[in-house]
Amino acid sequence: MSSQHPDGSVFSNIVRAPEDPILGVTVAYNKDTSPIKLNLGVGAYRTEEGKPLVLNVVRRAEQLLVNDPSRVKEYLPIVGLAEFNKLSAKLIFGADSPAIQENRVTTVQGLSGTGSLRVGAEFLARHYYQHTIYIPVPTWGNHPKIFTIAGLSVKTYRYYDPETRGLDFKGLLEDLGAAPTGAIVLLHACAHNPTGVDPTLEQWEQIRQLMRSKGLLPFFDSAYQGFASGSLDADAQSVRMFVADGGECLAAQSYAKNMGLYGERVGALSIVCKAADVASRVESQLKLVIRPMYSNPPIHGASIVATILKDSDMYNEWTVELKAMADRIISMRQLLFDALRDRGTPRDWSHIIKQIGMFTFTGLNTEQVAFMTKEYHIYMTSDGRISMAGLSSRTVPHLADAIHAAVTRIP
Amino acid sequence: MASTMLSLVSAALPLQENHKGKMNLGSSDCSTFLRKEKRNPFMKTKSFGRINMAIAVNTSRFEGVTMAPPDPILGVSEAFRADNSLMKLNLGVGAYRTEELQPYVLNVVKKAENLMLERGENKEYLPIEGLAAFNKVTAELLFGAGNPVIEQQRLATVQGLSGTGSLRLAAALIERYFPGAKVLISSPTWGNHKNIFNDARVPWSEYRYYDPKTVGLDFDGMISDIKAAPEGSFVLLHGCAHNPTGIDPTPEQWEKIADVIQEKNHIPFFDVAYQGFASGSLDADASSVRLFAARGMELLVAQSYSKNLGLYAERIGAINVVCSSADAAARVKSQLKRIARPMYSNPPIHGARIVANVVGDPALFNEWKEEMELMAGRIKNVRQKLFDSLSAKDKCGKDWSFILKQIGMFSFTGLSKVQSENMTNKWHVYMTKDGRISLAGLSLAKCEYLADAIIDSFHCVS
Repeated sequence: MSSQHPDGSVFSNIVRAPEDPILGVTVAYNKDTSPIKLNLGVGAYRTEEGKPLVLNVVRRAEQLLVNDPSRVKEYLPIVGLAEFNKLSAKLIFGADSPAIQENRVTTVQGLSGTGSLRVGAEFLARHYYQHTIYIPVPTWGNHPKIFTIAGLSVKTYRYYDPETRGLDFKGLLEDLGAAPTGAIVLLHACAHNPTGVDPTLEQWEQIRQLMRSKGLLPFFDSAYQGFASGSLDADAQSVRMFVADGGECLAAQSYAKNMGLYGERVGALSIVCKAADVASRVESQLKLVIRPMYSNPPIHGASIVATILKDSDMYNEWTVELKAMADRIISMRQLLFDALRDRGTPRDWSHIIKQIGMFTFTGLNTEQVAFMTKEYHIYMTSDGRISMAGLSSRTVPHLADAIHAAVTRIP
Repeated sequence: MASTMLSLVSAALPLQENHKGKMNLGSSDCSTFLRKEKRNPFMKTKSFGRINMAIAVNTSRFEGVTMAPPDPILGVSEAFRADNSLMKLNLGVGAYRTEELQPYVLNVVKKAENLMLERGENKEYLPIEGLAAFNKVTAELLFGAGNPVIEQQRLATVQGLSGTGSLRLAAALIERYFPGAKVLISSPTWGNHKNIFNDARVPWSEYRYYDPKTVGLDFDGMISDIKAAPEGSFVLLHGCAHNPTGIDPTPEQWEKIADVIQEKNHIPFFDVAYQGFASGSLDADASSVRLFAARGMELLVAQSYSKNLGLYAERIGAINVVCSSADAAARVKSQLKRIARPMYSNPPIHGARIVANVVGDPALFNEWKEEMELMAGRIKNVRQKLFDSLSAKDKCGKDWSFILKQIGMFSFTGLSKVQSENMTNKWHVYMTKDGRISLAGLSLAKCEYLADAIIDSFHCVS
């Protein structure tokens, strides 16, 4: 071994990386032996019984696929399963979208939301002249990492107002208004993660006008379509608004939550272009990003999605199961709000029922969070985000007790 | 009224405001050009093209994006699909075909999938490093259960997206922690290797490998080039069934390769995409990797289950890093996770579960070994038939025995680019332009036709 390496290892300069802050919560939770422990960390849906859920329609689709004797496991094209791509574009943009009909959209299958964002970011870093991307404060912890590693420079725009626990709309408009022409702007299509605070439709329209007037490039992250309000179309309104004005945008989709396909890693990246031949050239360059990263995407999850989306019965079944998940979360919000009110817990907790989607940004600080973990075995990310999907009517009282204790004992 | 005005403006792309009045988005924009140069030293700079002011309003911001060429390997299948000839033969991508030239899903895979369906397992996120059960069996398959590197916990194994994804994780690790270190790749090598290292911004250079005169290994050239490389380089080695040549070092040669690598404090980096497919024996095909590990060397190994378990589209593989200590392995693993998180967060479960079920169950594992031998056996038969056909038909007395000496899925025919094009254009035989044919896509029935095509291309095209 080389004398440059004191312990004889070429890896001696490699330090231990900290656990991922979000996924690390589950790691810590798993180590806890307390019977009352509660995992409100990662955004994975749980049933009222606290169990992971595989949708019935997904099981049905899998059954069909596994039993189909003609099914093979040949490499997908670099851009993924064609049928899946078309159906995904229709899902987010609407089947009647002129952009689709005019062939101005290129859609490539991606590794869930993360992979789709990464491919889009790499593409922009290579082919778009503006390398600055604006992300909201706060945003999903993995966003800045994805964009930075792809070669984009990350800036922020104001989003969450801790005073109102709502949207800092004025700050948002100011910051986007000050952005350089052509800058990329990351937008959460619905159910903002981690805050659960979404712009109203009127606010979206203002954002759209501002962005178009400054030539800012929208990059949507749509990880919760159907999960926010229970309606797939309603949750896609923000994206469709931007496409309707004829302008360009990127949209990353994930089926992790709304189809419960978390571990299958299914998603898509769509780039809406001004012209069909541009979309075609863009697609060819997306392939150059994908090939040296993983060659072509995994087939299983995409096949499940395609099977469901193209069959009207299964599609309908899916919308019913999706609404049931969204409704359960909404009812958990109400339960938690009521429980805190019943305990007389200080502060205004109405944001719990105003926020939308899987998460609630409680407003608890890191000390309070640490206290709740230590004393009540409640696991959540240190920014105070809780996954409502991890709650049940049985566990809400425990959480309410913990929040009450944290708020009254820790400033 | 104001909002209407705003709507009209919003439809326009104000490109005229970009770059403070500059109209070009091309290389005249020096800061962008230089920034791109700095960021991507190993990538060709893309040009953005000119935007005409008159049509700036309706022009796409991606107008300057050029059409990329089709992938040299995967693009072959696309071209094949578009060909209407009844004689067409796809010898492009390395995907196993039956004698009837049909894709093949292994019986053990079907069994595993049915088991998985019966069990009704959930689809929760895997940890970033992948399925623990998979990581365990994949390490054991590669190094042998009970191998000291596993017993001593000196091995970091992270599930990756087949071979490509696993190579990419390793490349990113090299870029981050071995700045300036080069990867030495064989000449020739799998076409995508260069793309992976380019995109990961890892510099590479080639070592001599294939000798066209002997249609064999240029062993002296290989050793010489590895020796000449800067100390601490990574040496990319194909564990078995070298792609595209099918030419593997002998065990004695592997020892000498290990010698020179140790001498120069290089780090071996194995690409194992054909374990079991080369000789038909899983253990025999892992002997090169095990030889290096037995010497106590630190090394990297990328694995793929695309071919040997026919799991192509499931994208299942792993990156293994053998370290000199358990502590180093833990640190390396944590950094591999850190690389995976902003790439795809965590890997896909389906393929991992299939492998864990097949390799982890003694009955299924034995059944797999049998299917593996059948697949490798079919390819050996096809090699023999092709050799026989060529020897019988070729009036010029060319020595075709290299076909029998080469191992694995591919044969490096020695056909030039022009000759390979003749194969396609005249004979509807689809192959890569480097002269590589995938024997996995050849049936006994088609050997004579292929022999005619090869002889014609060799002798009548220059």
